[in-house]
Amino acid sequence: MDNPIPNSVMDIPSVNPPTGGEDSEVILSVNGLHVWFELRRFGFGVAGYVRAVDDVSFDLKKGEAIAIVGESGCGKSSLMKTILGLYKPTKGDVTFEGKSVQQLSGRDLQWYRSQVGYVQQDPYGALPPFMSVERILAEPLIISGIHNSEKRREQIRKVMEEVKLYPVEDFLPKFPHMLSGGQQQRVVIARAMIRNPKLIVADEPVSMLDASVRVEILRLLRSLQQRHNLSFIYITHDLSTVKYFSERIFVMYAGKLVEKAKINELIQNPLHPYTQALLSASSDPDYHNATKFREVPAGEPPSLVKPPAGCRFHPRCNRAIADLCEVEAPPEFTPQPTHSTLCWLYR
Amino acid sequence: MENHPTPLLQIHNLLLYFRTTHGVVQAVDHVDIALDYHHAVVILGESGCGKSSLARAILRLLPRNVAEYKGEVILEGNDVMKYEEEEFRQSIRWVAMSLVPQAAMNSLNPVIKVGDQVAEPSMVHLGTSKAEALDQAKSMFERVSVPIDFLQRYPFELSGGMRQRVALAMALVTMPHLIILDEPTSALDLLTQANIFNTLKVIKHEMGISFILITHDIATSSELADEVAVMYAGQIVEASDAPHFFTEPLHPYSQMLMASVPRLRSDQDPIFIHGQPPSLISPPTGCRFAERCPKVFERCKQEPPVVQSNGILVKCWLYC
Ligand SMILES: Nc1ncnc2c1ncn2[C@@H]1O[C@H](COP(=O)(O)OP(=O)(O)OP(=O)(O)O)[C@@H](O)[C@H]1O
Ligand SMILES: Nc1ncnc2c1ncn2[C@@H]1O[C@H](COP(=O)(O)OP(=O)(O)OP(=O)(O)O)[C@@H](O)[C@H]1O
Ligand code: SF4
Ligand SMILES: [Mg+2]
Ligand SMILES: [Mg+2]
Repeated sequence: MDNPIPNSVMDIPSVNPPTGGEDSEVILSVNGLHVWFELRRFGFGVAGYVRAVDDVSFDLKKGEAIAIVGESGCGKSSLMKTILGLYKPTKGDVTFEGKSVQQLSGRDLQWYRSQVGYVQQDPYGALPPFMSVERILAEPLIISGIHNSEKRREQIRKVMEEVKLYPVEDFLPKFPHMLSGGQQQRVVIARAMIRNPKLIVADEPVSMLDASVRVEILRLLRSLQQRHNLSFIYITHDLSTVKYFSERIFVMYAGKLVEKAKINELIQNPLHPYTQALLSASSDPDYHNATKFREVPAGEPPSLVKPPAGCRFHPRCNRAIADLCEVEAPPEFTPQPTHSTLCWLYR
Repeated sequence: MENHPTPLLQIHNLLLYFRTTHGVVQAVDHVDIALDYHHAVVILGESGCGKSSLARAILRLLPRNVAEYKGEVILEGNDVMKYEEEEFRQSIRWVAMSLVPQAAMNSLNPVIKVGDQVAEPSMVHLGTSKAEALDQAKSMFERVSVPIDFLQRYPFELSGGMRQRVALAMALVTMPHLIILDEPTSALDLLTQANIFNTLKVIKHEMGISFILITHDIATSSELADEVAVMYAGQIVEASDAPHFFTEPLHPYSQMLMASVPRLRSDQDPIFIHGQPPSLISPPTGCRFAERCPKVFERCKQEPPVVQSNGILVKCWLYC
């Protein structure tokens, strides 16, 4: 790692953190989080719930990067949006530096928003089409109360250099449609970085980009993370990019984190049958692939309105234990100190 | 397996340019491809390099703003480019070769039951009776592993993966020799993707159908490829067999593309390619990759010829 840069790279007037925040290693803590969306009946009344996030817990340390991997619709974005304070939890809570995110309001909420940068899914929809790059990057600063335009411009320049959008002067007046996908994503990252946050949440930051650009953006994110000692949550459906990015990985299936491990542990010794399936479904470029079948469970992830009883993976699991897996939901088992899973095989 | 004296498909100098207000887009620029019976060729390339346009050019599914369209598409020995539209429609499109278009799962007709949609091509193109066509649709559903009772459903009642299988059944129902798959699994989840590739492998081996698989995903392309053609800025820059290509690609672009793939099973760090592909409106003279190529040298200012080495075609001065 190159020389650590002082905490405040960009000169932000510090909004004071709410008092009472304790100085522990853990920056973000998610405790028994449930995020259920109501399904309304036509007319009135609640017809049921989409259990997008169902009893999720984890801690994130200062300067740590974690990845959350899961298939479409498993609840990744709902989890992130709740962490960002955009959705209210149905049950459980999220704490940031010891403060419950759901209880924040007014200045405290504004402080929290400045501490957390969000790189959202789909760069093409993320940027307002009628704003120039300069305007897009100025917006968060104006919201933070930086009214001196010279000062704003200086910060914009700094952050654009960090994400390698140079020559800066060329990019400032451009509108999103004049930029390539990779450049647009750099603008999104610059916007997430500009208020000098402590935590970055990146939701599928590269899935819309071409292979040759993807690695470049991931590298950029990783170097920003390390340089500023940021905490980082990387959300993806692409297992193969994870190990270049984070220390720990959580696998999400149907609203639950079914496995938590260090990257190498997970790749070398996946515990949960769903994780095993994900690994055997991921191909590396190899001409032998054309003459082999992939061992993958048939079927699709369940409805989150009426998820299967017991283990949510049991209808697709080839190792399910009769009279147990379809009856009772597995609790978290921890066969190794840093490796845990929701699966009865490890009881 | 029967022996065929000529390859299934030979494409020579195929060219498709579009007219736009900014100028002429050279989307498909003198493309050559050959494909044997029972084989699959992968067309690999980044977004905008002309892959879908190539599919359109082969199947003559043209938009209104065509500026230029020419070349040879020799299917089973006949140059079908010479066919009148009516003849092409009656004996080629859907009959001899069909297409699973990009984002097919979202282009099914929302108000028609999927069973009827799958039956339609054989009724329209082969004049099959409705009852018989529905029967064929049923057996195609079995082929692509869609439950038979889904015949009666509407597209919105099916998941993305199931709709993609339905689109595949639709391309299969007329029993063509060749199916063009344009990004068939790009929008789908890993397990669904792997399941669909398993299905494609079965179809290829059991029905003897050939495929042109269009994709930007190098890793999954190796699941089906016998041959690989790499497309860059409207041109094919390398055409190789899969064993050579996936172990030792020749063109600098292919090499970098391969090295940019993050790998689960090795610790090699992926690289990236600086810059962007050139505009197809006024592409640079000389090698179109020159601006991004780490091995660029003086001669690259001139257009490189296509050279052959051990049966592999590569458009690069390094091999001259
Ligand atoms: N605001 C909402 N109201 C109702 N249901 C929602 C809402 N947001 C998400 N859902 C549902 O919750 C489930 C989880 O969605 P979510 O977007 O969190 O998944 P995801 O893992 O991010 O998927 P993707 O990989 O496709 O982005 C889905 O079934 C979705 O339809
Ligand atoms: N009808 C059209 N008129 C004008 N330009 C077009 C038309 N269709 C495609 N193009 C342009 O031709 C080029 C090639 O497009 P094409 O859709 O073939 O690329 P592709 O390789 O399939 O990309 P992707 O991976 O994003 O699907 C692009 O620059 C595109 O903008
Ligand atoms: S708990 Fe049972 S059904 Fe669920 S993954 Fe483990 S073995 Fe399979
Ligand atoms: Mg999402
Ligand atoms: Mg395309």
